[in-house]
Amino acid sequence: MAEIAAEASAPRPLQDAVIGPRRPPLLAVGPVAWAKTNLFSSWLSTAVTLALGYLIIRWAMGFIDWAFVNAIWSVPVTNGQAQTQACRALNGTGACWAVVTEKHRFMLFGTYPYEEHWRPALCVLLFIGLYIVSAMRRFWRKELALIWIGTLALIGLLMWGGVFGLSYVPQERWGGLVITLILSTFGIALAFPLSILVALGRRSRLPAIKTLCILYVELIRGVPLISLLFMASVMFPLFLPEGINIDKLLRAQVAIILFAAAYLAEVVRGGLQALPRGQYEAADALGLGFWQKTGFIILPQALRLVIPPLVNTFIGMFKDTSLVLIIGIFDLLTAGKTAIVEPAWQGFGIEIYVTIGLIYFIFCFAMSRYSQGLEAELNQHRVR
Amino acid sequence: MSDTAADPRLLRAPPKKGIRLSWADEKLRGIVWQVLVVGVVVSILWWLVSNTSHNLEVRRIATGWGFLSREAGLPIGEHVIDYNPTNTYARALLVGVLNTLKVAVIGILLATVFGTLIGIARLSKNWLLSRIAATYIEVIRDLPLLLQLLFWYAILQGLPAPRQSLNPVTGVFLSNRGLKLPWIQWQDAHSFALLGLVAGIVATIFYARAARAKQMADGQPRKVWPLALGLILGLPLLIWAGLGAPFAGDIPALRGFNFQGGLTITPEYFALLLGLVMYTAAFIAEIVRAGIQSVARGQWEAAEALGLQRGRIMRLIVLPQALRVIIPPMTSQYLNLTKNSSLAVAIGYQDIVSISNTTLNQTGQAIEGIAIIMAVYLSISLSISLFMNWYNARIALVER
Repeated sequence: MAEIAAEASAPRPLQDAVIGPRRPPLLAVGPVAWAKTNLFSSWLSTAVTLALGYLIIRWAMGFIDWAFVNAIWSVPVTNGQAQTQACRALNGTGACWAVVTEKHRFMLFGTYPYEEHWRPALCVLLFIGLYIVSAMRRFWRKELALIWIGTLALIGLLMWGGVFGLSYVPQERWGGLVITLILSTFGIALAFPLSILVALGRRSRLPAIKTLCILYVELIRGVPLISLLFMASVMFPLFLPEGINIDKLLRAQVAIILFAAAYLAEVVRGGLQALPRGQYEAADALGLGFWQKTGFIILPQALRLVIPPLVNTFIGMFKDTSLVLIIGIFDLLTAGKTAIVEPAWQGFGIEIYVTIGLIYFIFCFAMSRYSQGLEAELNQHRVR
Repeated sequence: MSDTAADPRLLRAPPKKGIRLSWADEKLRGIVWQVLVVGVVVSILWWLVSNTSHNLEVRRIATGWGFLSREAGLPIGEHVIDYNPTNTYARALLVGVLNTLKVAVIGILLATVFGTLIGIARLSKNWLLSRIAATYIEVIRDLPLLLQLLFWYAILQGLPAPRQSLNPVTGVFLSNRGLKLPWIQWQDAHSFALLGLVAGIVATIFYARAARAKQMADGQPRKVWPLALGLILGLPLLIWAGLGAPFAGDIPALRGFNFQGGLTITPEYFALLLGLVMYTAAFIAEIVRAGIQSVARGQWEAAEALGLQRGRIMRLIVLPQALRVIIPPMTSQYLNLTKNSSLAVAIGYQDIVSISNTTLNQTGQAIEGIAIIMAVYLSISLSISLFMNWYNARIALVER
């Protein structure tokens, strides 16, 4: 015992002499080493880096000159006519953002009455709020459906007006970003339930229902969206009894819903197939009926499996609503294209398209980042 | 064994096959549901058809395909086969189909090459190259194709007039009238030489197969390339030389306000092709990347351990496995590109949609016009799917 105590109290000369971990040589860590392994690992890699670096710097300088240094942000307006000579004099060396400054209200809200622009603006904010709420997992419950119905009804009320002192605005005067958001949001909200029914039908054991669903999905997926939109704009009026006329926006909306549902149905079917058979059998063993089995056991799991591809399809649909340009519906892209029809602004398409591209990019990029994050989160149990 | 046979549960009679008249009977329920759904669908269709026929009667539109043989009187700027406005609607529509195929086939080839290159660049060890590829993919995929087409078309229209055209290489002119390239004056000898090339390629494929079969039999590798070179390059050259080796360049030259001669790529076609290829390539790049990443690292290492060279590892080990992952999504990208080519109507390239649309506006035959568009795309989609399914079945993993 004494020996041990003595040993413990004895000074330990070695402890002071313990050598701390030595820093690795500077060239093995830090930015230099990173550059060496990632940019200059071989002759070929070095050559690629230098060539690309040169091209990027040149292109970026050219772009900055065009977009900022030489750009014109506003032009004088005399007698309601924009004087664009200054922009024309640039001859392509600088951007004429004046066209965006001048036309941004038109691009965002179309021909909606000018003093009522706060209404579509509020609708755009409501849509964005709706997307954000739907993206948060804590709101993923039944009440979300009620929130959707309530918000969409409120948006309809704001757009049309006619009650609560809001002046009535006919649908022909709606336009711009809000039309893009209406077409894509209503399109997805109504196509999604339809797609679930079709996907279930396609996996059904009842031959007639299965055949109908296969026919529907394959026919729609085999033709371009444009042909459906043409059908909606040209043939749809023939389909209805005489005297009944549905406006163009609603017809295009129906075409988009039918189109989106076919694609979404294939994604949902993927989820249904990926679910292990044991889940179906276990639900059968519990004595659940078809709708109970589907609603409580199958769909909650199957849909969770396919959230990332679902979001990708949503992105595709959001982009595809721009096709209504071809049948002359006033969405964001059509409004932009119309803005440069005016003689004063002809030839400034690039500035307009860059701006519209930025708006689309913000929405799609947010969705795609969200889907990547969600995929990582939902797959956590698979990563060890 | 006899114990289980005596099990009373197994002695019970099997359930009856017939249908009971009760809602609890699954078969009866199935039949009722099907009758209900089919009945609803058929009655909706019948309602639409009867409305349509009534409306057509009221508007005095005669349905039928008679208009196809009438004179079209619609000018088409770009045509692969001979066409002028006095030809029939049928021929105009055929020109439209060929224009669609022209942009789809070339677009698919270019998008595959370009997309594969970007996909490989995305996997590069060079950080800068990989980041540029990733940025390209992300940006292109987040912008609507129609917007991109309009953007490219606006840029091409903003190019200088022919007199001030850009002239990067002798004989190549880029102006707001499109791209002008030097070409050769096509003669019969060239067509025969082209046939010789096709024959040479077919013969080479058969020769390579025979050589492979022999190698399988006796284990001796045989050199294929000398004969292949002779067949593919020598045969067409021989035919061409045998027919007098005609050659005359067709170099575009500026005369007055426009160009004469040479091969023209119109701004509409150029913008459409550029937009479609760049858009689809971004999707193909992701597919190629996923395909290559799906091959486990161990496959490379095992092949290296066997002493195979890098090129052979890629060709014999990695590619066949990656292709299984790549082919099915690639098929849907090819289908998408073909269907997206219908956006041509927005920038004035006269494909089948554009010509059908003009036809239905001129003749009022809305139903026929849209039916033609749908039939054309359905048959193109079906052919591509059939071909890709056949190819996919050929390279699929054969299990047990």
